Amino acid sequence: MSDEVQIDQEVYDRLIAEGKSERIARAKAKAASVRKAKIAEGQTLGPRPADQAAKALSDYRESAGGGGGVATKTAAPAEAGGAAGGRLTPEQRAARVAASLGNGGKEPASIGVPTSGAHTHRLLALVPPAGIQQVQGKQQDKVYTWPHLLLVEFVALLAVGSLLLIVSFFLDAPLGSLANPNDVPAINKAPWYFMGLQELLAYFHPMVAGITMPGVAVVLLMAAPYIDKNPSAKPENRKVANMAFTFFVVFWAVLVIIGSFLRGAGYEWVWPWVDGLGFTL
Amino acid sequence: MPKLPTFDDVKGNVQDNVIWKSIFRPGSIYRKGYRDTSRDRALASMNNVLYHLHPVKVKRHGLKLTYTYCLGGLSFFLFVLLTITGIFLMFFYTPAAGAGSEIAYANMREISASITFGNLVRNLHRWGAHAMVFTVFLHMARVFYHGAYKPPREFNWVVGVILLLLTLLLSFTGYLLPWDQLALWAVTVGTNMMGFTPVFGDQVQFVLLGGVEIGPNTLLRWYVLHVLFIPFITVIFLAVHFWRIRKDGGISGPL
Ligand code: HEM
Repeated sequence: MSDEVQIDQEVYDRLIAEGKSERIARAKAKAASVRKAKIAEGQTLGPRPADQAAKALSDYRESAGGGGGVATKTAAPAEAGGAAGGRLTPEQRAARVAASLGNGGKEPASIGVPTSGAHTHRLLALVPPAGIQQVQGKQQDKVYTWPHLLLVEFVALLAVGSLLLIVSFFLDAPLGSLANPNDVPAINKAPWYFMGLQELLAYFHPMVAGITMPGVAVVLLMAAPYIDKNPSAKPENRKVANMAFTFFVVFWAVLVIIGSFLRGAGYEWVWPWVDGLGFTL
Repeated sequence: MPKLPTFDDVKGNVQDNVIWKSIFRPGSIYRKGYRDTSRDRALASMNNVLYHLHPVKVKRHGLKLTYTYCLGGLSFFLFVLLTITGIFLMFFYTPAAGAGSEIAYANMREISASITFGNLVRNLHRWGAHAMVFTVFLHMARVFYHGAYKPPREFNWVVGVILLLLTLLLSFTGYLLPWDQLALWAVTVGTNMMGFTPVFGDQVQFVLLGGVEIGPNTLLRWYVLHVLFIPFITVIFLAVHFWRIRKDGGISGPL
């Protein structure tokens, strides 16, 4: 084939008329002309089915005279001509390379593997072109990690880092008076992420609120991927899962908010605008 | 007067010597002759320690801020920041308490009042810890709503839940260390609940508190858990988490 693939003018004009972009039209027109050329040569188009590929491979091996170059055969000591441990002598290997290249024992010129005894690395496998299966898969749309992803990550890091620095500059972490086991404070609360549990404690026996319910929640959370067997990731296909999770999150969020802001001295219900905020981070 | 070397001359000389070249591998953007070509972009990842975290190429949709919101990455960033600020705080803190030797609390007062940058670093550590709990939680929510825990990523979700628990434990054990009223009583509420563990309740509580109630032993015990044991376990699970992301074929999606 010449370096410059001709474009199929007819296809090109049609695609342009359909309003395709020039780039796409040209690519498709090139593909069309390649296809035409292949059909003219009598080739079949499209991926070859696996059995056909296997047949082509075995045909090829036969025509190459029981050719080597296939890993399994190289490893079989019985066939290797008596060399100890299934290893080939450099001469035997050279013969195999030549055979697998299909030029019947002549010096293999094309692949650049030196066949003299000086080089002793093993040639693991030589795959004849007919043995390569064509796989049709969608090319994923990918970009380079550097610079694209790393740049985004760096900006995110700077943004959050500076936000945190600004907050820390203006807002001091609390430090109360010295711990005193004999002086129970009026407002007595766990850190906010455990306020959901403390709020449950107001309704249930401590074993239920402190052990059973969080235990069940954690187990359910870990089991979620095994419970949700729906293969789709599209939101419109997983309304039940999304609703269940949203319910779960809202449930805990409400408990945390009540516990944090609406509970005061003695864990009684209060309104923060009346009794002040009984909450420390 | 001799001609002054230009910036490019200096840069060239700095980059073109044995030491520099031994540090920055071929393809590094800091090495002389980096060109913005596909080959060098690929090498920039492949020949970098970052290759343990990132592949050469990533799916384009994963770059959109609205896919991950960078939440996993930010959780990790906060974890690193907390490690660094935490080490600073460790220089000035002794986990000792008890009548007549309230060193931990005195140390906290010093850090806030008189140590250079002490207050700022303490604030960073405190607010960073709250922020990390929050970002880890949001990260989990984003993973759920994207269905990103579906095969083959089920196990990485389980690893994630363990990381969430470890994050909470890190935060909670740190909460006791200032040894003020806030710390003591918040932790009392939390650990009282553990005493209700069926069958072994008392034993669990005893092991965690290093006694029957919160005291100097508890402080020492939680300090060790906070600065050594839980971070150690967390790093192991983080390694598995990041490794699984790549083995599971990178980020999930597109939706
Ligand atoms: C210390 C806490 C954690 C850190 C540092 C962390 C870090 C990360 C990072 C950097 C990613 C890459 C994608 C992204 O940024 O979203 C990721 C993905 C993921 N994380 Fe986490 N994570 C943590 C906790 C969790 C939790 C709590 C869960 C769930 C319960 C979780 C489940 C997952 C899953 C399933 C993925 C794959 C998502 C995908 O492929 O789209 N992780 N994690």
